[in-house]
Amino acid sequence: MGEVITFWITATVSVGAAAFMLFQRNAVHAALLLILNQFTLAVLFVLLDAPFLAAVQVIVYAGAIMVLFLFVIMFLGVDRREVLRDRIRLQRPAAIALWVFLVAAVIFLIQVGVGLSEPRLPPASGDNVRAVARVLFTDFVFPFEVTSVLLIVAAIAAMVLARRTGEEEAETRAATRSAPPRPEEPV
Amino acid sequence: MPIGAYLILSGVLFSIGTLGVLVRKNALVIFMSVELQLNAVNLSLVAFARRLGEVDGQVLAFFSMVVAAAEVVVGLAIIVSIFRRRSSADVDEVSVMRW
Repeated sequence: MGEVITFWITATVSVGAAAFMLFQRNAVHAALLLILNQFTLAVLFVLLDAPFLAAVQVIVYAGAIMVLFLFVIMFLGVDRREVLRDRIRLQRPAAIALWVFLVAAVIFLIQVGVGLSEPRLPPASGDNVRAVARVLFTDFVFPFEVTSVLLIVAAIAAMVLARRTGEEEAETRAATRSAPPRPEEPV
Repeated sequence: MPIGAYLILSGVLFSIGTLGVLVRKNALVIFMSVELQLNAVNLSLVAFARRLGEVDGQVLAFFSMVVAAAEVVVGLAIIVSIFRRRSSADVDEVSVMRW
C-alpha cells in the first residue's frame, strides 16, 4: 500500500516537473525543475529495488551533470530572451500532433506487450549492490573498461572544444593592450 | 505496483522530452530535454530488470548514465564554442554549414 501511494505522488511530481520544464522561459528554472525530476526518478529506483542506481542517479545526474548545466547557463548569461518564432512553417503544430501520436503509440505498445496488471516477481538477490558489482565486474568487465577510455576522451575533447583558439586569444590581448593602463600598475 | 505503470510513466517522460526537443529553440533547454529522455529510458531499463528479477538491466542503465555524463561534457563544450562564435544559444541561428 505504501508503495502505491509513494509511486503515485512521485509520478505526479515527476511528470509535473518535466511538463513545467517545457514551459519555462528561464533556463535556470528549467534546470532546477529537471533536478527535481531526477530526484523523483531516484525515488522510483528505490521502489524498484535498485538502491545503488538511486545513489548514482543523485550523485551523477542531480549532482555533477546539472551543476555543469547551471555553470554553462551562468557562463552564457541568463538574461537572453528566447525567440519562439519558427523558421519552418507549422513546425509547432506538427510537433504537437506527432507528440500526441507518440504518447498514444507508446501506451498502446506497453499495454499490448507487457500489460498493466501483471504482478511483479520477487528480486533475484537480497543485496542489490553486491549483485550489481558481481555482474559488472564479471560479465560486463570489458564494457566497463571501455567506458573509462570514453570518459578520458570526452574530458580531453571538452578541453579542446572549449579552449580559445590562437587568433581569438590574440584579439583579446590586443583589446586589453589598447585599453588605458590602470594607474596602480607599475610600468 | 504493476511494472506496466512504471513503463507508462517512462513513456510519458520520454515523450515530454521529445516535445521539448521539437519545440524549444534554446540549445541548453533542448539538451536538458535530451537528458530527460535518457532518464526516462533508464527508468524503463530498471523496471524491466525488476520484472525479470535480474540486475543486467540495472548495469545497462549504469552504463547509459556514464555515457550520458560524457555526452553532456562534449555537448556543453560544443554549445560554449558556438556561443563564442555567434553570441547566441539559439539553434535556428546555427543554420549554415560553415563557421
